Amino acid sequence: MKKHIKFIAPALIALIAGCAAVPSGPELDKLAADIAKASFRDEGQAKVDRLVQDDANRECAAADVAGKPIDEKVAKVIEETNLKAIKWPSDGKFLGDWKEGEKLAQSGRGMTWTDAAGSENGGNCYNCHQISKQEISFGTLGPSLYNYGKMRGVANPDAPESKAIVEYTWGKIWNARAYNACSQMPRAGHKGILNEQQVKHIMALLLDPKSPVNQ
Amino acid sequence: MADPMRIRAQASGDKATVRVLMSHEMESGQRKDSAGKIVPAWYIQEVSASLNGKAVMTAEWGPAVSKNPFLQFVVKGAKAGDKISVSWKDNKGDSRTDEATVS
Amino acid sequence: MKRLALAIGIVVVAGSALAQKSASDGIAEYRAMLQDGNPAELFEAKGEDLWKQKRGPKNASLEQCDLGKGPGVVKGAFVELPRHFADTNKVQDLESRLLTCMETLQGFNAAEIAKTPFGKGEQNNVTALATWIAAESRGMKFNLPNSHVAEKTMYEVGKRLFFMRGGSHDFACATCHGDDGKRIRLQDLPNLTKNPGDGAGFAAWPAYRVSNGQMWGMQLRLNDCYRQQRFPYPLFGSDATIALGMYMGVNAKGAESIAPAIKR
Repeated sequence: MKKHIKFIAPALIALIAGCAAVPSGPELDKLAADIAKASFRDEGQAKVDRLVQDDANRECAAADVAGKPIDEKVAKVIEETNLKAIKWPSDGKFLGDWKEGEKLAQSGRGMTWTDAAGSENGGNCYNCHQISKQEISFGTLGPSLYNYGKMRGVANPDAPESKAIVEYTWGKIWNARAYNACSQMPRAGHKGILNEQQVKHIMALLLDPKSPVNQ
Repeated sequence: MADPMRIRAQASGDKATVRVLMSHEMESGQRKDSAGKIVPAWYIQEVSASLNGKAVMTAEWGPAVSKNPFLQFVVKGAKAGDKISVSWKDNKGDSRTDEATVS
Repeated sequence: MKRLALAIGIVVVAGSALAQKSASDGIAEYRAMLQDGNPAELFEAKGEDLWKQKRGPKNASLEQCDLGKGPGVVKGAFVELPRHFADTNKVQDLESRLLTCMETLQGFNAAEIAKTPFGKGEQNNVTALATWIAAESRGMKFNLPNSHVAEKTMYEVGKRLFFMRGGSHDFACATCHGDDGKRIRLQDLPNLTKNPGDGAGFAAWPAYRVSNGQMWGMQLRLNDCYRQQRFPYPLFGSDATIALGMYMGVNAKGAESIAPAIKR
């Protein structure tokens, strides 16, 4: 059942066209939020509650609008909050199958209003990152991940000396904001885009010495 | 009747370059809709062009030609003021003829 | 002479930076080949007819429609939109303004057209009209007035919406369009926080998309952006979409419009 929301409430018309001067910063923030609320409706699995912003999104967007980097203290709180929310692998095993990881990295499906609710989501990884050498259709919104494990000296992901990198990589995929408050990277595990098994497969793509990424 | 074609014919020396944009879905008959059913084939099968009433080109098209096809060809002996006529007929029996003057 | 479907042979060599360049070059070649005979012309022709045709319950044409430069003035109107209109006392973009004219001049129900899905019913006519109106400003430079207080307000609102992060993936418009020289897969992304250059970004829509054979106006372009951002559905002609158009249009000041363009 689609909710139909009116284009614009009369109060907003008055505010926009009735003022003699452009509203102040905070008034504009409120106006933008009100307009956002009035301008969208549910469609498929994409519901209007997706517009509700958590602290991380609200603070990072505000910093962007102001054209200034986010306040360090605020950033720290965001990172700590997101770090605490990370779910580590239930069985303590961090790596899955890199072949499945490559498929997930290639897939950009899921979570849009044209995707069936509950259908399997992809990781969207190649949209932003170079990963294997063979795939030339990669984006540049994120850094190259080619030779990810090799460059970090991960010869054996199970060895104690690899633990820190392995955990960081898991954490980054699960919730990128734990390490960089305003990271543009989706929080794949935290937001339910990928499940534990899928994250393990992507971990293997990046860290398994046999993965094409590390050749 | 289908939407009109856009025809431009430009003379240069003793030749004219004719460019035609046709409005047609050109369904190959291979695609499936969201319910999984085949979208029926619907495509232009015959194209013909004439210069001042005399046939200068015929073509047989098939499902490999894409939607809203663009056709370009050169006609010898055409000059400004001549009439170019292009016609197409599709597998459903629908057809369309449009004319343009060589500029 | 046959023109084959999208099966253009792009030879792809894997393995090196050189390979990267040749794939991009191949795609650029493909795009150049598509320029001649842009199917957008079919929509332009249709739009021009619709402008002059007597239609709707009032059996009137749109020839008295004011797109911002006076009733019936079409040339140059596209590169000054969105803008504030005194009669509706709203900032409107091209497509929402067309709905206003279709209602007041021709008697159509604007709300009904706004609810009609893209590609159906009167929406097709709105798209054709928008395509022709854009074509009438082809080659002109964007020059939105941005003087009325409502226009300046909507610019600021648009800016905030541009940076607003949301949806399951925490994407904002800025995630993809906030920096120079970035691309998603092999698709270059214009930086929309500033003038991205002639014929880029705001200056390239409406456009015909070869990959799905569809004519897209800016409303549909924004709609699909939001879909891919995993946002909910933006209402047609909503203030959010108009505010974003205001933000992008003002930022594009001086950029040459190539609309209606052709895209992959």
